[in-house]
Order: sequence, then structure tokens, then C-alpha cells
Amino acid sequence: MSEYILEMKQISKHFSGVKALSDVNFKVEKGEIHCLIGENGAGKSTLMKVLSGVYPYGSYEGDILYEGNVQQFNKISDSVKTGIVIIYQELALFPDLTVYENIFVGNEVKNGGMVDWNKTIAESKKMLNKVKLDVNPDTLIKDLGVGKRQLVEIAKALSKDVKLLILDEPTAALNEDDSENLLELLRELKNQGITCIMISHKLKEVISIADKATVLRDGQTICTLDAAKGEINESNIIKNMVGRAIEDIYPKREKQAFGGKILELYNWSAYDPQLGRQVVKNVDLHVKKGEIVGIAGLMGSGRTELALSIFGNAKSYKVEGDLVIAGISKMLKHPSDAINAGIAYVTEDRKGDGLFLYQDIKSNISAANLKGISSNGLINDNEEIKVADHYKKSLTIKASSLEQLVGNLSGGNQQKVSLGKWLFVGPKLLILDEPTRGIDVGAKFEIYTVMNELIKQGMSIIMISSELGEVLGMSDRVYVMAQGEIKGELSIDEANQENIMQLATQ
Amino acid sequence: MSLFKEAKTLISENIRDYGMYIALFVIILTFSFMTDGLFMSSRNISNLLDSAGYIAVLAVGMTLVIVIRHIDLSVGYVAGFLGAIAAILLTQAGVSIYITIPIILILGIVVGLLNGFLVAQIGIPSFVATLAGWLVFRGALLQVTEKTGTIIIQDDRFNAIGNGYIPSILQINGLHLLSLLVGLVGILFYIYGEISTRRNKIKYDFEVVSKGIFILKLVFVSAIIAYLTWILAGYNGFSWTVMIILLVVIVYHFLTTKTVLGRHVFAVGSNPEAAHLSGINVKKITYMVFGSMGMLAALSGILFTARLQSATTTAGTLFELDAVAAAYVGGVSAAGGVGKVTGAIIGAIVMASLSNGMNLLGVGISYQYIIRGGVLALAVIFDVMTRKKR
Repeated sequence: MSEYILEMKQISKHFSGVKALSDVNFKVEKGEIHCLIGENGAGKSTLMKVLSGVYPYGSYEGDILYEGNVQQFNKISDSVKTGIVIIYQELALFPDLTVYENIFVGNEVKNGGMVDWNKTIAESKKMLNKVKLDVNPDTLIKDLGVGKRQLVEIAKALSKDVKLLILDEPTAALNEDDSENLLELLRELKNQGITCIMISHKLKEVISIADKATVLRDGQTICTLDAAKGEINESNIIKNMVGRAIEDIYPKREKQAFGGKILELYNWSAYDPQLGRQVVKNVDLHVKKGEIVGIAGLMGSGRTELALSIFGNAKSYKVEGDLVIAGISKMLKHPSDAINAGIAYVTEDRKGDGLFLYQDIKSNISAANLKGISSNGLINDNEEIKVADHYKKSLTIKASSLEQLVGNLSGGNQQKVSLGKWLFVGPKLLILDEPTRGIDVGAKFEIYTVMNELIKQGMSIIMISSELGEVLGMSDRVYVMAQGEIKGELSIDEANQENIMQLATQ
Repeated sequence: MSLFKEAKTLISENIRDYGMYIALFVIILTFSFMTDGLFMSSRNISNLLDSAGYIAVLAVGMTLVIVIRHIDLSVGYVAGFLGAIAAILLTQAGVSIYITIPIILILGIVVGLLNGFLVAQIGIPSFVATLAGWLVFRGALLQVTEKTGTIIIQDDRFNAIGNGYIPSILQINGLHLLSLLVGLVGILFYIYGEISTRRNKIKYDFEVVSKGIFILKLVFVSAIIAYLTWILAGYNGFSWTVMIILLVVIVYHFLTTKTVLGRHVFAVGSNPEAAHLSGINVKKITYMVFGSMGMLAALSGILFTARLQSATTTAGTLFELDAVAAAYVGGVSAAGGVGKVTGAIIGAIVMASLSNGMNLLGVGISYQYIIRGGVLALAVIFDVMTRKKR
């Protein structure tokens, strides 16, 4: 029986009358990797914000015992001083600064009031060694991939003498290789005696790395599972997370016959003048009516670029090749051309370029098809509310009203708004880019169900996804991309994790 | 009692929208009290609105520019320069006023589109692009007025734009008949609009406020319009400047709230990337917003020149910053995507009321600047606080 480094006792937190946490108990033993899991809105992030002092002492009820003492953190720097460091999902790095500047930002190595840059660089090299990141400390952050940035964040935490490291969905934006690296590093840190709390939605990761896993649901602790007792397995976690057993993460759909080809690409290439290189190379591809085509591949393999080049060449690449929609060769020069041609594109980054966060649900849903609710350029407000209400109900968007700002919705509900916006366009071909990134199991299931419903109605879907399970669970046919090229096409019967990864890493 | 409760929750939920009106109300009450009612006299209100005119129209355009996350610093000297061109056309070239005004407005649009070109097409930050315009048009204004100095305009019809009043047709008990009619039509339109919106909402089974509150609101707003009309009718009636402001507000309010174009403007301001991917032509919207700004700058130039009855070498100085201040007091957000045309007008009237009231009280100019600065800061603080609350 080892000692607890952290005990959170009876933590409750209210937000203007709404209970976000009620009597949560959370105990972490020294030197373990403890996963915190739960659906979006279950209270995981809130709990970690209480711990790190984002919500100061007194704004919550209950006690935090850290290394045996009750702590009263008033701000983040208080918790950092005691060795608690939190790394958020949206990394807090400065893209235009170097690696070493980022590692020591806010924690500068000083020599009589001046920054000692030589020592900084020397120290940062040590930290980079610890996280096994082989880059020159002079490199700018913006020149690093997401996976390496994540490692820089951890190096930064190490420079603060971290004892309890908290990671909020560290692998959400990473491909499988980088994820595996990161997990390996966490295991290593554990051996060095660093305790780690990891919030994750990826159950496979949790299963592979966690010593313990605590499940939160609706602001309450449901249970703590122990790997040593064999309690951490997929069905057990899901059952506790959603409070109901999901037989299958992917809803069944009946096999249906496909129609004619809705989209064909021949020798399709795109050159990005800003990057100065070819991002899509000689792609041949087709999608049939009523089909879900999965596009698998690693980050940066050109999947999003392919989607953008199809969707009216939204990023102004230099494109070559033939694009044929329903048998007719087309030139799409602007997203509006693509929309008119019956293509919709639900972006990967819903907050960044998908939604209008400061606008309400109804104006988000109507944004791509104002024609549908207006005549002679005049908007019919009532029609708009009717349309928005229709999608709110059919997609089960959970919100207090249609006038709620989209920025205040949870990730899953934001994704549904995004989906509703594009369904209202009435597309024949729907391109979904990472449709379930960062959303919880329940909302995922709902989105998959909607997808099945749509193809039943004769729509076609291109689904770009980094989650192999999702690709295998939802697609009828899979293309695998790497370095901007299609490396292979697999029917769903022949596709499996191994052959997809093999093609993706070619 | 329940009526009172409903009103209370309605106000607290929409404090962001009502805050400005409440602030204006407080300012008016304070000044009326401190000046023994002089502030609310017919003559003073009429004067106040006329002096707010040329900033108010700029503030409307500026609000939209700020909504799409840009700024236009050139508008002050564009107004000054185009005002001078108008004076030259009227006096030296002998062009009729009916041709001069359209020419000036079109020139304004051209200047605005030029700014739009630099910002949307070339990709220069609007602050820099329009700062260049600020310098260029300051120089241009000096150039055209260099030889003559101040250009005096003799054209009475032109000068009436800044100083004249709409004809009265008939005086009833010393009140201005046509102005009363305008006010009455305004009230009728307002009531009709509100009732038909409400009916429509009920038809679709949407949430509406209770009947009591609805009637209370109708009576309250109608009473304000009626009171304002009565005050103005007691002096010379509605001035042409007020009529122009009203026209600009009505047109821009309609465009921004009821049309697809307006939606596109706010979508671009809210998230340009998402707007582009939603099939909106972001460049086109940028051109249009800067074009409209240029046109309103020209209008502002006309109003100011007509008010002074002359074009001067320093016309338009600091108009741009007054317009920016009015827009921010009116609730526009620097983060983009949030702002109202009606807010811009109220913002301009708040700032004009402060100057006017303090002048009446004989407050020194140094304190006036300090107080106006404080009000601007307060308005933005209020905005930030209420935004957090949501």
C-alpha cells in the first residue's frame, strides 16, 4: 500500500446555480499513471481546474490534500510551486519563439535580473534529452509537428520540477505513432517517480497505460478501476462512463446497394504556394451514391488538403486534374461553387474554421444556406427558427434555446451544430473531416447513427479519420493516404488495422 | 407584481442591449437637472442632434468596419477633402447641388473601394492602409484649399443640409406640423412593426413576452418618440441633418438585420475562415463594407461643410477617432462579429450629449476630454463585463 500523493475530498463546484461537481472524491497514489475518464461535460476539466488553482480556494467546497497537506491554491502559480503542472489540450506554446524560450517562459533562468541565455540553452538541452526529443533548441515552435510540440510542453513541465503531471487529452491531435511515443515517455517518467494524471477519450490508450482509472459522470465519481485487478477493459469503462452498456460503439447498418458514381477524381494534384510544395499528388478516387468512403492516414498525409481542394479549392491551391460530379466535369473555384454543386465539408477544427462561436445556434445552422431562408435577399426570421429547430431536434442538440451562443456548447453539441449547418445545404456528398474528434462516446454514437441515416437517404459520405477503429467501423471502402498520395484502396472486408497502418507509413 | 418581475428579468437578461439606453437616459437626466432644464430645451436638443450628425453617420460605417475586424483611419480627412471638393464644385465650377452631391458620394465610394482593395486584395493590415490614406487625404485637403484658404459656400440649398429644417406646411399652436406628422408616422410604423412581428411569432408558436410587458414597451417607446418630436416641433422642427441620420439608420439597420448581405457581414466578422468555408465571398464583403464607409465619409463631409457653410483647411481633423469612440460606446466589439447600427447612433449621441452638456455647464475643455475618455473606457469595461457573464 503506497501513499497517496493527492487526495481530493468531497469536492463540489457550482456555476451560477448549476452543479458541475458534486462531492467528487479522487485519490492518486504516488508514482502511478491515473487516467481520468468520462463523457464531455462530466466534470473532468473542472476537477483539474480546481486542482491547479484556476478556480481559487474558496470558490469550491471540499479539501485538496497534496503530499499529506491541505492546499489552498489561489492561482495557477501556487500549484506550480508545489510541483503540480497541467498541460492543456490546446497547447500553450508560442509558435514564433524558439524551443528553449518556450521551455523556460515564465520560469526564466536569471542571473542578477538578466536572462542567462547560455544557461537556458544548456538546461533546455537536458530537458529535451529527458523527453527524448532530438531537435535543436533554436528551432521555432511553428516549425515542429504537433507530436514534437507536445514533447516540448512536457519538457517545459519537467523544467519546473514537476511531481504531479496532468495531461488533458495529450494524444487528441496526435497520430498513432506519436501517440505511442508519448505513452512510452509517460511510462518512463513514471519510472523516474513522476505521478501522472491523464484525461483521455481514447479507451485503447487508457487500457494500455493506466494503473488506475477514475470514471466521472455528471459531476460525480462513479468508480475507480484498478488495472492490477483486471478491471480496466473497454466494456467496463464504457458501461461506467455512459451508465448504460453500449453493445457496439458503431451502430449496425443494413448492407445497401450503391448507386452511380457521385464524385470522381482523376490524376488530381494540388500545389500549395505558401508551403511551396505539392500537398496532393495524382489522386484517383471515386465515391458512389449511398457509400461511406473512409480516408485513413497519418497527420499531414494530405487528407485535409485533398478535402479542401475538392471543396471549391478553399485554400487557393494550384490544382490540376479532373473533378467529375455525377458524371459532369466541373471547375470549382470557391466554396460557394462546391456548395452549389452539392458538396458540403464539415471541417476538422470546428472552433477554428467551422463555427461562429459568438453567434447563436440558429444563425450558425443557416450560415451556409441563407438562400434557403430568404427571398430577394431578405431573411425570413421565422423560417430560420423553424429550420434550426428541426435540426436541433433531429440531431438531438442539447441547448437551452436556439439563441444560445455556440461557443457555450459542449464539443459534441458543437459538432452537431456544425453537422446541422451542412445538412441544411442539402448536399449529395458530405465530407466529414475527423467527425468525432474530442467528443464523447455517447455523442459519437449519435453522430454515427446520423451518418447511417443519411446514406440510407441516398447521400454519400467521405469520412477522413485518424481513428482506425472509426474507419473500420463505419466505412464501406477505405483509401489510405501518405505524403499526399493514395497508397492503397481496400474494401472493408480486406481492411484491418495492420494493412492500413502499413500503407499509411509507406 | 408579476409584470414588474418579468420586466426586471427582461432587463437583466438583456442588460448588454439596454445598458447604452440607460446610460443615455442617466446622462440626459443629470444634465437636465444641473442646467435647470436648459439641456432638454427645444433649441438645445435640435442643436445637439445637428452637431452629432457628421460623427453619427461615420460611426455607423465604422461600426461595420470594426465588425469585420478592420479599422478605417482615413475617414476624417476623406470627409474633409470631399467636403472641400464639394465646395469647389459648387462655388468655383458652378455645378448644381443636385449633381454635386451624387458626385461626392460616388467619389467617397471610390475612395472606400480603394481602401478595400488594399486590405482585401493586397492584404495590407487595415490600420496601416488607412493610416496611409489619412496622410494622403490630409495632404490632398491642404492642396485643394491652399490657394483659396477657407472656401465660403453661398448656395443656400446646400447650407440648409447642415442648418436648415424641413418645411412646416402649417404651424399649429406654434408647433411644426410636418415634423409632428413625421413623428406620428414613425410611431405608427413602430407599433405596426412590433405587432406584426409578435403575431408572426405567435403563429409559429415561438416564445413572446407577456401582453402586459408588450403594451408597456409599445407605450414607452412611442412616448419617447412623441416627446422628442414635440420638443423638436416646438423649435424649428426636424432639421435636414436629423432626417439624413434617420434615413441612414433605417437603411443600415434594415440591411444589417434583415438581409443576407448583413448576415454575411457579421459572419465574416465572427469567423472569416468559417465564413469562407461557408461559401461566403469574404473579399466582396470587405470591399462592400469599406465602400459603404467611404460613402458615409463623403456624407459626413457634406454635412460638416454645409454646417460650417464653408470648407476649411482643417476640416475632418479627428473625426475618425470620434467615430471609433462612438462605435465602441455603442457596443461594437473589437473581437469582431458583434455590433449594432442603432448602437453606433446612440454612441454618437452620448458623446455629443456629453460635450453639449458640459459646454452648457461651462466645464473647461481639458476636463471635457478627460470625462469623455472616462466614459469611453467605462463603456468598454461594461461591455467586457457583460460579455463574460454570458
